[in-house]
Amino acid sequence: MTTTAVKPATMASALQRALRDAMAEDPTVHVLGEDVGTLGGVFRITDGLAAEFGDERCTDTPLAEAGILGTAVGMAMYGLRPVVEMQFDAFAYPSFEQLISHVAKMRNRTRGAMPLPITVRVPYGGGIGGVEHHSDSSEAYYMATAGLHVVTPATVDDAYGMLRAAIASDDPVVFLEPKRLYWSKAQWSPDEPAAVEPIGRAVVRRRGTSATLITYGPSVPVCLEAAEAARAEGWDLEVVDLRSLVPFDDETVAASVRRTGRAVVVHESTGFGGPGGEIAARVTERCFHHLEAPVLRVAGFDIPYPPPMLEKHHLPGVDRVLDAVARLQWETES
Amino acid sequence: MKKSSTSVQELPGAAVRRPTPPPAWQPRTDPAPLLPDPEPFRVLGTPAAAGADPALLLRLYTELVRGRRYNTQATALTKQGRLAVYPSSTGQEACEVAAALVLEDRDWLFPSYRDTLAAVARGLDPVQALTLLRGDWHTGYDPHEHRVAPLSTPLATQLPHAVGLAHAARLKGDDVVALALVGDGGTSEGDFHEALNFAAVWRAPVVFLVQNNGFAISVPLAKQSAAPSLAHKAVGYGMPGRLVDGNDAIAVHTVLAEAVDRARRGEGPTLVEAVTYRMDAHTNADDATRYREDAEVQAWRAHDPVKLMERELLERGVLDEDGVRKAAEGAEAMAARLRERMNADPELDPMDLFTHVYAEQTTQLAEQAALLRAELEASADPASGDAGSTGGEAAGERR
Repeated sequence: MTTTAVKPATMASALQRALRDAMAEDPTVHVLGEDVGTLGGVFRITDGLAAEFGDERCTDTPLAEAGILGTAVGMAMYGLRPVVEMQFDAFAYPSFEQLISHVAKMRNRTRGAMPLPITVRVPYGGGIGGVEHHSDSSEAYYMATAGLHVVTPATVDDAYGMLRAAIASDDPVVFLEPKRLYWSKAQWSPDEPAAVEPIGRAVVRRRGTSATLITYGPSVPVCLEAAEAARAEGWDLEVVDLRSLVPFDDETVAASVRRTGRAVVVHESTGFGGPGGEIAARVTERCFHHLEAPVLRVAGFDIPYPPPMLEKHHLPGVDRVLDAVARLQWETES
Repeated sequence: MKKSSTSVQELPGAAVRRPTPPPAWQPRTDPAPLLPDPEPFRVLGTPAAAGADPALLLRLYTELVRGRRYNTQATALTKQGRLAVYPSSTGQEACEVAAALVLEDRDWLFPSYRDTLAAVARGLDPVQALTLLRGDWHTGYDPHEHRVAPLSTPLATQLPHAVGLAHAARLKGDDVVALALVGDGGTSEGDFHEALNFAAVWRAPVVFLVQNNGFAISVPLAKQSAAPSLAHKAVGYGMPGRLVDGNDAIAVHTVLAEAVDRARRGEGPTLVEAVTYRMDAHTNADDATRYREDAEVQAWRAHDPVKLMERELLERGVLDEDGVRKAAEGAEAMAARLRERMNADPELDPMDLFTHVYAEQTTQLAEQAALLRAELEASADPASGDAGSTGGEAAGERR
């Protein structure tokens, strides 16, 4: 195999390459969803797959999310590895009964006799100017369902490596794709992709000493930018990219917070009942005596996702993260 | 009509234009061959029964007698607290038995929660088939062993599974057919529509059998669907709909056999509506007298699937009184074995709670498993607690 020079690649192209490589290596991998064939998906993630592997391996389905996921269950029962595309976050909701009552539980219901190796790809989150129902961050719903893995890449390397791992997993994986990072670029070689941490492990994206920003998916670049900006204020921030929400890497997160003594959880989805509450509780349970301040959350407001002209006010940006970091100086508030 | 066209002409600036049909429109398929017959197909009591294979008739009869006895035995087990609940299929045995016997070994059955009998008639261990309803595990059998999917409690959600499995089998080049069972209430669910649509578009080798037993718990069909019949729903998806007398085992078997053959030939799915009646309540927890008249129940009692078959076989000389007695004795022996086995408490390992959630246990579940193990060990150790009260109170022994 000739080596392609490392050059800028987008997350979208890395995801596309992951699907292509998985299909080439394993004939049981099938892609299905609305518009995934001829069109190549509305985000072009499946572009070229139908042409290369045929429309029986990359199938345009009728427009019916429960049917897409429900038929994928039957396909998995017969030994295939379906990779399902839900076109947008909020379009996945009709499939929730299949996901929760069957996909998440089939291994358990059958005492391990019928595992379902299904990957459910969900482009999620805001920041692309999408209209209503195109920008939801639905990870809390998935996290609340035992039996699912819930992962979300934030880098081009992870997009490739984690999607390959998700497809190879013998368990169902909800693969959340931060759609506003689809066009983010990094130096990447499709022929020699970098090895990444396996699913289930968090990664420290930036070392720091004065506080930890715990984040994932679309908020990772925001937190890295905030960490750079915070240097001017004398803060040396550590940034932990969770990568996997289920299972949760308590070890990496707790080790970081014990080093820094302070933590802020940053995500786009609503704060109330959102992932941040669970993460803050886990950190507090493990690091209470190391904490110099309460674990804070910077989240989207507790509102239905706003119209695109207002989303910039809703999404947690660098300034809101820095405000929270400033509030970590807890001793000044007594 | 005339008035409205005049009013269009009167609009200022409106030109008179003859509407043209949309350029691409044409009927996709001729609906006539897809339409069900107006009357449910019947064989028993008609001259057609003379052509039926006596061996198949006897086999269906034996399974019907066993099935009826199975239903009464399982219902009795609920009264003894041995089953948490039992949704009886008494009155619907012809559908259950025909569904099981029409399939080849390599085919798959996708039952709903009321279809334990179909699973047992397909060869499942009766006790394993009842674990869901006893409450010791959700699915007591390996679905691959007899190619019976887990009994599905959510309504109609198993139908897209049947479509996906049949589709996958065909992609692999296997001539496998999936038969999916659903009730009349289930035809209102979105998954029913999505499954039929996918099956028709993909020409998947699937057969859908709707057991229309008149009620979805208490809601009668008239409040469930405004369609001429449930079989008519097939036409809108582009597949044939077939209507059959669901208490006529040979008729159900005949119609299903045709549909299965059609699927196996690659000609696509069929929707079969079997018109039948649930003689018992929805489950033992339901009071059917609140929503239906006794006269209706009595009218259906006269159309009992077991009696219909027995009368036919006796009249044709395929069966005699000795055969009737032997079938009853066989069913009684099955019931006695079932009773005996169900009267033993299942041995449960509480640690199984954590065993089959993921392929590899997560750190979080490993921690929770350790907690439960410690609780179990503490309750098993008489020195560690109040010896007098450990029994019923102990974690892990709660039922």
